[in-house]
Amino acid sequence: MPDAMKPARLDVEGLSLSFGGLRAINDVTFSVEPGSITALIGPNGAGKTSMFNCISGFYKPQRGAVRFDGEDVTRVHPPARARMGFARTFQNIALFRGMTVLDNIKLGRHAHMRTNLLQALAFFGPAAREEVELRAEVERDIIDFLEINHIRHMPVAALSYGLQKRVELARALAMRPRILLLDEPVAGMNREETEDMARFILDVKEEWGTTILMVEHDMGMVMDISDHVVVLNFGQVIARGLPHEVQADPQVVAAYLGSGDPAALMKRLAAEADAGAATGGAAMGGRATGGTA
Amino acid sequence: MRIATANETYLADEALIRTRTQWAWTAVLAAGLAAAPFALNNYWLYLACLVAINVASATGLNILTGYTGLVSLGQGAFMAVGAYTVAWLDRNVGAPFLVNLFAGGLMAAAVGILVGLPSLRVKGLYLAIATIGASIILQFVFLNWTSVTGGSRGMNVAPASLFGTPLTTYFQLYFVLVPIAALMVLGAANLFRTRIGRAFIAIRDRDISAEVLGIPLLRYKLLSFAVSSFYAGVAGGMWAYFFRAVGPESFTIVESIFYLAAVIVGGMGSILGGIIGATFMTLVPEVLRFGVEAISPYVDNAGTLLSPVRTVVFGALIILFLVFEPQGLAEIVQRVRRFFHLWPFRK
Repeated sequence: MPDAMKPARLDVEGLSLSFGGLRAINDVTFSVEPGSITALIGPNGAGKTSMFNCISGFYKPQRGAVRFDGEDVTRVHPPARARMGFARTFQNIALFRGMTVLDNIKLGRHAHMRTNLLQALAFFGPAAREEVELRAEVERDIIDFLEINHIRHMPVAALSYGLQKRVELARALAMRPRILLLDEPVAGMNREETEDMARFILDVKEEWGTTILMVEHDMGMVMDISDHVVVLNFGQVIARGLPHEVQADPQVVAAYLGSGDPAALMKRLAAEADAGAATGGAAMGGRATGGTA
Repeated sequence: MRIATANETYLADEALIRTRTQWAWTAVLAAGLAAAPFALNNYWLYLACLVAINVASATGLNILTGYTGLVSLGQGAFMAVGAYTVAWLDRNVGAPFLVNLFAGGLMAAAVGILVGLPSLRVKGLYLAIATIGASIILQFVFLNWTSVTGGSRGMNVAPASLFGTPLTTYFQLYFVLVPIAALMVLGAANLFRTRIGRAFIAIRDRDISAEVLGIPLLRYKLLSFAVSSFYAGVAGGMWAYFFRAVGPESFTIVESIFYLAAVIVGGMGSILGGIIGATFMTLVPEVLRFGVEAISPYVDNAGTLLSPVRTVVFGALIILFLVFEPQGLAEIVQRVRRFFHLWPFRK
């Protein structure tokens, strides 16, 4: 593993973002400890993706700061962030479909390579040396690690959804990340693919030591692998802590299942389910905001 | 039939020519190109030189349009910049012709960067229109900046000379133009084995995630414009030494369409595509001419048909390729190659 990959600390301080009059994020503060897996969860529309876009530099928040190892990076453009050690994956896979798996992964290293135009046109010499070094490193550290040896020369478009997600993770790892931002890494995956991905994320944390921040809807996976969970609702942090603490937090239950006393709500849902079973229909009208597992 | 290739180093695995069969075919091609001028008559040598120039320019446009996804209809104008630069330097400075060609390329690259500036904001059809606008402006400059360009009369160009020998015959020019074009194609092929070429493709496929990977969009789009128009400039310079005259009518918008068509018909985003496309499109009119000559005994005024038929066939070819073979001739070649990989055991 390259030494330039010391895991970074991320601090979000008093961040606010609005689109016109709509407040997407309102004074959010949280931290991601170096080398930890932190999950950002919340119902649909809670501001998770907006938060991610602020952290990776696509949106400029009106107030507040994003600090990377203490350094204010709020106004730094995405390409410059890549050089600092930000790597992210996208909710809808953002691979380059016209290229092979190997070329996609190699692209991850772009910001850390030196070959200039004249060297590239001549190829032999510095460009060839750098390319071969990169290839050897990608094969050793990434392709073997993520078990994608068999597909390295295949075009991305020909792969299954789960494998494409894995290639996207591979490309992010090729960026020599100091923090890895995963936007819904297991969305739309079946049970087996989800378990594979969860295992790879844990392996990245353990073997590479990379700091990981992820947005995810799959509560089972979030609770299994996260060290720390931050819950957003209506653009604000409503809870944070260890997975089991957050799970038991009444505010979180309320955010996911609707308002009111959680105990009473559970009782009402149970009663509705009984009534539904009795009439033969599915009475699920009590759920305000769905999307939990 | 080929079972598999076993490479022992990553350098061998990433080489342009990887199997012994490919080496053999490359050697045959090189020997054929070197021997051809001794077998061809003057007319075919003229065509061969023209093909070399067009291959160089189409390869350049392929870098910009095929690989980076920026549609340009300015390739003809960039060639004109190269041609005028060469003509002017030849008359006023008298540097060796290779230096002039290089300077023509650099000048075209500088103009290309200027024309490429809107590409950060506009894409696709809109960028194509912007490049047409730029061509019209350049055309205006060529026509009216009389002290430099010779206005509507244009400029004559003295023959290029190598080691004191003026290159006047097509036979001599062939041995200069073809190697230059071959080197340019090799450079382009190399480009796409490195980070810069990959960055171009990334911008074409998905520019937002390219940015996240640390690729500054504007810089790379302008770099693509610069490389592409450098190729056009050198090709235009070769054109000037080949026809020995440059005028405002030499490179019209039709030329630009010709190169775009060559890239589409050959195969966008494929080095082989640029070569085949330019060769094919250069030779199509000649084939048509033979066809017209063949029917002339039976049809009155067959000769007058040539020009309109040529235009119609060009248009039809572009449409047919877009509909039936969007990957171009290069894809057909690949299909044939795949067929022979397992032949005769699988059809």
